[in-house]
Amino acid sequence: MAITRETVLHVARLARLELEGDEVERLQRDLGKILGYMEQLAELPTEGVVETAHVAAERAPLREDALIPSLEHDLALAEAPRRGGGSFAVPAFVDE
Amino acid sequence: METALDLPVAELAAAVRKGDVSATELARGALERIRAKSSLDAFLHVSEEPVLKAAADLDRRRAKGETLGALAGVPIAIKDALCTTDAPTTCASRILTRRGADGRPGNAAAGWRPPYDATAVARLRAADALLVGKTNMDEFAMGSSGENSAFGPAKNPLDPTRTPGGSSSGSAVAVAGGMSSASLGSDTGGSIRQPAAFCGIVGIKPSYGRVSRYGLVAFASSLDQIGPFARDVRSAARVLQAIAGADPRDSTAAPLAVGDYAAACERDVRPLRIGLPEEYFAEGLDPEVAERVRTAVSRLEREGCAVRPVKLPHTRYGVATYYVVATAEASSNLARFDGVRFGLRVEPERGNLNAMYGATREAGFGAEVKRRILLGTYVLSAGYYDAYYRKAQQARTLIRRDFDEAFRDVDVIATPTAPMPAFRLGEKIDDPLAMYLADIYTLPASLAGIAGLTLPCGHTSARADRPALPVGLQLLAPAFAEEKLLTVAAAVERLCRS
Repeated sequence: MAITRETVLHVARLARLELEGDEVERLQRDLGKILGYMEQLAELPTEGVVETAHVAAERAPLREDALIPSLEHDLALAEAPRRGGGSFAVPAFVDE
Repeated sequence: METALDLPVAELAAAVRKGDVSATELARGALERIRAKSSLDAFLHVSEEPVLKAAADLDRRRAKGETLGALAGVPIAIKDALCTTDAPTTCASRILTRRGADGRPGNAAAGWRPPYDATAVARLRAADALLVGKTNMDEFAMGSSGENSAFGPAKNPLDPTRTPGGSSSGSAVAVAGGMSSASLGSDTGGSIRQPAAFCGIVGIKPSYGRVSRYGLVAFASSLDQIGPFARDVRSAARVLQAIAGADPRDSTAAPLAVGDYAAACERDVRPLRIGLPEEYFAEGLDPEVAERVRTAVSRLEREGCAVRPVKLPHTRYGVATYYVVATAEASSNLARFDGVRFGLRVEPERGNLNAMYGATREAGFGAEVKRRILLGTYVLSAGYYDAYYRKAQQARTLIRRDFDEAFRDVDVIATPTAPMPAFRLGEKIDDPLAMYLADIYTLPASLAGIAGLTLPCGHTSARADRPALPVGLQLLAPAFAEEKLLTVAAAVERLCRS
């Protein structure tokens, strides 16, 4: 199955992945081969078959509705690459 | 040299409780073996200080007359996908490390320090096990050979030019190499069963929901399950006993009673009916692997078990189905690695938040992880969702129904664990599809959420191009029927040794 360069770049943009150098060509080749293999699913008749999204969904219990302590503020921030004002700090996300 | 470290788990813990051997002695012995076998790269982090301190605490408590837990003093290694408060957790990925002074992503020592223990880890601590360190793995558990580790692959102790299997590669090596009595791994599509088979040990993939996933770094949430490795069936059963059961922190951990796994190992195997699925003995299976598996099953038959053929007709769609479902879930789960709250951050000199995300993820993820994120994003994207993701979810239903149908006639299904014994490092790494196809026998059980176990059932014969290598027998049982698996496995273990 042929995957275009544009498709790889489009999907990479959706996944917030920058690709460098020859990565795009390699992924074009790999994705084409793997998606080509997955196409065999098309031959399988599945009309009216319900989907399995999760094998446990029908028996998930509810937790007791009780207050329990959550992660301490400082501990939650302890591994942040950058923090400021008691928060996680990020680069500007509104273009000036 | 054989020491107390080589005892089965229950005997070792009993010796510690009685005071025949001290926890400190065992911790030192395990650390010594880990050092001596460091060339196998089983560990990303060795918890030297914490384990010696925990051992000293155990010895003190025993001296005071306290009764110690079921795994007292048992050295256990933990896959680096499970959160541990006393050791870094990296998932063998650079994205869970801090940047070094040179601006490049760090090594495993600069790994993320989780603020909590995974539930399975906390339960091992509560049973007084000694947690010796964090084991090597394929990055984010994505791989079947260990070669996708960002920190270099673990090696098979039986032949260091070969893969120990993956993704829980280091957990299998630690146990097979005698560095720990048991270990924890995680199995999403075979990541406990296949490395256990390649290293000649026992591995259990519990039913989905048997063990809490709280604190397991998520790869594919509807498939991931934590389970034990050990050198014998009874030892694996003891470790499963300690970690199994409901957990208010994981709503998918089933609120069902946990069986008596030690007792299950001693039960009579004869009333159990064994199924052989012809689809698992098809083209592509190494003839010697097929022969060893059939021999093990015929020993069960001679013992008195009914053996009959079963049909699992959708087996051939397992690989395609799995790699759609697993990559879709992975692309969503791995969105959390964004450089904001933990781990690596790469900020381009100019650029906004999106540029930081892109640069961080480019520098932090390895080739296979990127490949799977892109595949998963593709099968979920507009225009492809119905043809791939929806279709795979329907195929997953058909694969589940195959098992439901088969388990009407038999109690346990027996198959090869992998189509071949341990292959060479480098042999498949440039062909991702060939690597995926090596998982063909373990994927369907993961998709169906049923219980699986592998144990050694013999070796291939030595030949010019490969030494004698262990062959794994895979046993499958309905969801939450781990006890039946253990009864059959303990019988096979006895029959294959005698």
